[in-house]
Amino acid sequence: MRGNFATITKMFSAGVVAAGLSMSSPAKAAEDTIKVGILHSLSGTMAISETTLKDAMLMLIEEQNAKGGLLGKKLEAVVVDPASNWPLFAEKARELISKDKVAAVFGCWTSVSRKSVLPVFSELDNILFYPVQYEAEESERNVFYTGAAPNQQAIPAVDYLMSEDGGSVKRWVLEGTDYVYPRTTNKILEAYLKAKGVAAEDIMVNYTPFGFSDWQTEVSAIKKFGSAGKKTAVVSTVNGDANVPFYKELGNQGIKAEDIPVMAFSVGEEELAGLDTAPLVGHLAAWNYFESVDTPENKKFIADWHKFIKNDKRTTNDPMEAHYIGFNMWVKAVEKAGTTDPDKVIDAMVGVSVPNLTGGYSTMMPNHHITKPVLIGEIQADGQFETVSQTPGLVMGDEWSDYLPDSKDLISDWRAPLSCGNFNVATGRCGGKGTN
Amino acid sequence: MILLRALGLMLVFLMASLLPSNAAESDLRAIIAKFATGTGFAATETVVRELAATGDPLVERPLAALAEGNLYIRKADSAVFVGNEAGDSVTLLDPLSGESAGEAAKADITKIKVNNTLRRVIRDALGTLTLRAKDPAVRIAAADTMFKTPDAANIEPLDAAIAAETDAKVKALFEQARAASILVSDKPEADKLAAIALIGARGDRDALSLLTPVEANAQGAVKDAATAAIASINSSLALWDAGQNIWYGISLGSVLLLAAIGLAITFGVMGVINMAHGEMVMLGAYTTFVVQQVIRTSFPGLFDWSLVIALPLAFLVAASVGLIIERGVIRFLYGRPLETLLATWGVSLVLQQAVRSIFGPTNQEVGNPSWMSGSFDVGQLAITWNRLWILVFALTVFGVLLYVMKRTPWGLQMRAVTANRRMAASMGIRTPWVDALTFALGSGIAGIAGVALSQIDNVSPNLGRGYIIDSFMVVVFGGVGNLWGTLVGAFSLGIVNKVLEPYAGAVLGKIVVLVLIILFIQKRPRGLFALKGRAAEA
Repeated sequence: MRGNFATITKMFSAGVVAAGLSMSSPAKAAEDTIKVGILHSLSGTMAISETTLKDAMLMLIEEQNAKGGLLGKKLEAVVVDPASNWPLFAEKARELISKDKVAAVFGCWTSVSRKSVLPVFSELDNILFYPVQYEAEESERNVFYTGAAPNQQAIPAVDYLMSEDGGSVKRWVLEGTDYVYPRTTNKILEAYLKAKGVAAEDIMVNYTPFGFSDWQTEVSAIKKFGSAGKKTAVVSTVNGDANVPFYKELGNQGIKAEDIPVMAFSVGEEELAGLDTAPLVGHLAAWNYFESVDTPENKKFIADWHKFIKNDKRTTNDPMEAHYIGFNMWVKAVEKAGTTDPDKVIDAMVGVSVPNLTGGYSTMMPNHHITKPVLIGEIQADGQFETVSQTPGLVMGDEWSDYLPDSKDLISDWRAPLSCGNFNVATGRCGGKGTN
Repeated sequence: MILLRALGLMLVFLMASLLPSNAAESDLRAIIAKFATGTGFAATETVVRELAATGDPLVERPLAALAEGNLYIRKADSAVFVGNEAGDSVTLLDPLSGESAGEAAKADITKIKVNNTLRRVIRDALGTLTLRAKDPAVRIAAADTMFKTPDAANIEPLDAAIAAETDAKVKALFEQARAASILVSDKPEADKLAAIALIGARGDRDALSLLTPVEANAQGAVKDAATAAIASINSSLALWDAGQNIWYGISLGSVLLLAAIGLAITFGVMGVINMAHGEMVMLGAYTTFVVQQVIRTSFPGLFDWSLVIALPLAFLVAASVGLIIERGVIRFLYGRPLETLLATWGVSLVLQQAVRSIFGPTNQEVGNPSWMSGSFDVGQLAITWNRLWILVFALTVFGVLLYVMKRTPWGLQMRAVTANRRMAASMGIRTPWVDALTFALGSGIAGIAGVALSQIDNVSPNLGRGYIIDSFMVVVFGGVGNLWGTLVGAFSLGIVNKVLEPYAGAVLGKIVVLVLIILFIQKRPRGLFALKGRAAEA
């Protein structure tokens, strides 16, 4: 339905964008600064998640400028608003690169918005940092993926549930919103579970529309599925807005985490902010970062964030950490290359290693994904997560899943001489096609 | 010397026999102290099991605190305390006696971590310990836990508890819990058959999840009995399931009715294609949020009344915004549906962005008052309180609106203006004011719908977007201009949707409903209850 009104949205958002642009461009000569594009929706459905990332980027840029800028120049943020409208993402990306001449772009949230800007970035040869956990099955030369691939979130989460600590789960409900990320993730998970010896009748897959709000039938189906005498868990790829009514219904129907835990991949501190979490204590989430992580780097980050946003209650979350890592990597790569020329920076990026907020280092791998620790957290009554399990080392992002028949032979390596994002090791040729 | 020592020993024995609880208490303290030495969930679990094995009712306090995540270790001396968080400091209590033991800064103590497995172990342990609790509700909870986690070791304490129990209802639950434990014990077959009969009679999903493994693992008569019991439970559950789908449908219908009823006025009665209708609902929800914020900071005791207080305010806020929209925009556009559609769509974007700028783009937390949380059982039907109250509320709003339309002079004027504007004007009715007030009424009703919807949905700037399409669907399907049509339309769409959902899934179910509506509109363009007479031709 939204598509029908796209043009009207566009007309309206043009005004907002104009206002945003004039605010964010300080009166300075263009040669003095290095421009950094921020491509996050500030209006429309995705504004709920993406506005925070825009603010996080502005904070990081401000901090870098306080440290003396980059290559002796100040950084300048160029903020545009693609208004949760996928074609507009491509237009705005083009505008950032051709008109504003930005050195790199940080942006996008949904996979469809990323897909819509990919051609623009390869045509105009610029850099995109994508900070959100996603379904992978993609590796582009111009994109650096700082969010988690399925093997950095979904697979370890399922491993945890199967372990004794996680309750030795035998029966699985894969509950998701009906779009590409849940569908691909669930495909990978189903293949993985079956490889681990889970019978087909012990897996239930169900999808609901975007923004779904009446979860009564689904929750009672979960209850029913869980009454077969085997330990049951729900793996939820339910997207943003639909989570609050989902958890409310779980709480009201009395499904306790001790009986049927829900492991979520899209629920972070920010989503919990709209909820009374007391009935949800013990439900789980898998991320690479939690606000509750107790490290000096994280404490400083949170303090800086509260100071920047002038609100002590605002939470931090995983995609913010991804931008933190991505931005610092870019800064380091630019310093290494001695220029902001995207071609040179792309080559300099691989192998760059910067501290993450969980007390370790994240490194950019040749497949343009990064290494991260995987944390499993339980929801607490105060709306925070408490880490109950952490992978012993860092996990490297796997762009082509080993569990899908179409992509198991593919690898990506953007270093010369291979320089290919979809090299098929079985046929020895560049140009394989994954599941999407 | 020997004499003295003997005397001393005697004294110790005497004291020990006189104060048995003290000796036991020091043992308990020794066990509790082990929380500080072990690390990891496995170590904590060992200590929990050790504490539970003492069977001393005193351990209830530390165990319950641990399950809640309120058990702390003081870093300085590794002493264990129950703590209550209060801002940056934590009030410490003695884990056994519950006496105050001063305060500590958060940095000086560490919380003992718990996970789901530990919580389950603690819950089971507490179940056994609280069988003799004074409060029947606690005993029922204990019986429930023991039923769900059967263990042969439970039979003995349950036998004792059954013998001592006076409350018939609790006693029956104890007996079911005992039966569940017998199934996993090595008791003779006759006992197990009796247990299966008892559990089968319970007839719910918990019984099913106990019997399924029995059917898979047992042999002979026990297996047959389990199979029979499962079959009978399944057949009765199938009936309840059908009932449940209908209830879910009614409940969804009540939400649709609430969302659509304001639109039935603005669009149905006045003919204004009001795309900003959803934003009126959103304004109502945000009013609830603001009311709750004020109550939380200034009058915490009134929290359970927050929704009642929010209702008139939400009506006023949404109605006045509606009045402004009507006076400012819509009145210039009567009779031009396309322009109205575009203008109200623009208004809706402005309202959304305004709310986003004022309150931020993130979800706001609107709490459920205690009377809207949880559920109760009717047979095997779990009915959640919030859904029930929303149904009651939707029907009340409908009744009041119907009364206003049919029985008050204002309603008469409204209907007169709708039926024939020029005639009404010549009779001395101030039609512009009636238009404005009607639009305000429709908007206000959308506002109070927002109060109810804040209880089950996100309170975010996008709240209204999710309801606008459904609302139009209900009004068009029910018949434009007819309140009863809206009622019947909402409930039939809700029920069809929810009956389809278990078979077709939520995505396909919604598509099927849409296709059905399109076909229906082809056949009956004016909806279920078409208005007859002059109004219909206008």
